Amino acid sequence: MSALATLATTRRVLEQLRRDHRTLALVLVVPPGLLVLLRYVLDGTPGAFQRIAVPLVGLFPLIVMFLVTSIAMLRERTGGTLERLMSLPISKLDLLSGYGLAFALLAAVQATVTSLVAFGPLGVDTAGSPVLVVALAVSNALLGVALGLLLSAFATSEFQAVQFMPAVLLPQILLCGLFVKRATMPQGLRLASALLPVSYAYDGLDRVARGLTDARLLVDVTVVLGTVALAVALGASTLRRRTP
Amino acid sequence: MSAGARAVDVDNLRVDRGGRTILPGVSVQVAPGTVTGLLGPSGCGKTTLLRSIVGVQRTAGGTVTVLGSPAGSPSLRQRVAYMTQAPSVYADLTVAENLRYFAALVGGTDRIDETLTTVGLRDRLSSLVRDLSGGERSRTSLAVALLGAPEVLVLDEPTVGLDPRLRRELWETFHGLAAEGTTLLVSTHVMDEADRCDHLLLMRDGVIIAAGSPAELRAEADTDDLESAFLTLAERA
Repeated sequence: MSALATLATTRRVLEQLRRDHRTLALVLVVPPGLLVLLRYVLDGTPGAFQRIAVPLVGLFPLIVMFLVTSIAMLRERTGGTLERLMSLPISKLDLLSGYGLAFALLAAVQATVTSLVAFGPLGVDTAGSPVLVVALAVSNALLGVALGLLLSAFATSEFQAVQFMPAVLLPQILLCGLFVKRATMPQGLRLASALLPVSYAYDGLDRVARGLTDARLLVDVTVVLGTVALAVALGASTLRRRTP
Repeated sequence: MSAGARAVDVDNLRVDRGGRTILPGVSVQVAPGTVTGLLGPSGCGKTTLLRSIVGVQRTAGGTVTVLGSPAGSPSLRQRVAYMTQAPSVYADLTVAENLRYFAALVGGTDRIDETLTTVGLRDRLSSLVRDLSGGERSRTSLAVALLGAPEVLVLDEPTVGLDPRLRRELWETFHGLAAEGTTLLVSTHVMDEADRCDHLLLMRDGVIIAAGSPAELRAEADTDDLESAFLTLAERA
């Protein structure tokens, strides 16, 4: 591991993002925009928006960073730069940490902007600290980065990479408890939900929203970060120094 | 060449790809501090051989030794540099940003300036790579390969699309590097470039059909013209 190589990679990824104004604008404007939309869509359903707003603030970065990472990694793979990097003295972990750090920073900015809109003009209440919401959002973003990285290995085109979002994330979001309480789901789905990492990402946010900053929150965060470590390890094994 | 005097030693290398044998058993030696040219038609296995020497190609048999270590060894990542045929740099970054990133990885930050002069890109420093011409892009990629002051430099068609003056300057640079002890292995299609090499490897269908200095190959084929020498040697093989 070399901090120099990690930070150089972070800087390079951020420079690439900085040049892509449209992506930056979409990343920062779409989540608060959707929250505003949802606020008015749910206008006639008292309490509904209040219940899902905080979890959504923390789940947007998961989805967005999943997409951004899988495309960015796919570009590295198909553009020849990954092959070049794999022939240079940089460890796979440095490369992946560099990416993770860059996207975690972006996620922190995204979650902060979304939080400001949610807790400000939209009047969302959280019993827990908004700072904790942003922190959970960053850990969820890392989950998105790690899963995106892993799945980019199975995509041979950007079309495929984008399709992994509905294939891999959407079922988890449906099962996580955001739309329907997990307790009311059939037994089989409850079990599936308990095995999927996004359920824990959601549960942590839901707890903070309700002011339940207890040991279960620690379990949620541990499961999310444990999945990150596992996905990064698997993802690193898909970065090959030698290719056919 | 004794074993100790070889920068690159490929022994009976076999590479299969997609169920097809690309290299059936190639043996090649490259002397240190020389410019060796690899010539052959498109699809004959030149890039596969170069990739094997860099250590990024999965091989099916034989050995590839570079600077005394198996190709692709971690210790070689600092000492061997590779320029791919398609420029492998970030199109959405400027020339300067690309060089700064790769220099940080190979410890060549203090060589950025010198490298830019070598490839003639000083005035394009703040241009995005995607806005550059094809030749400028491949020069950016070449600059990245030069950053780490490698002992072995593997270049896959480095001068495609360059104007003749720049091409001549780059070949002077290659010989300058060789004089300082760098070993260069360069694939090319261009005959006047072949004539500038110390040693030539002529490849066809995954097999080296002739090897020697340009003068030796001309003598072997009994002609003054390198191109017809190649034709003669290819027909004999």
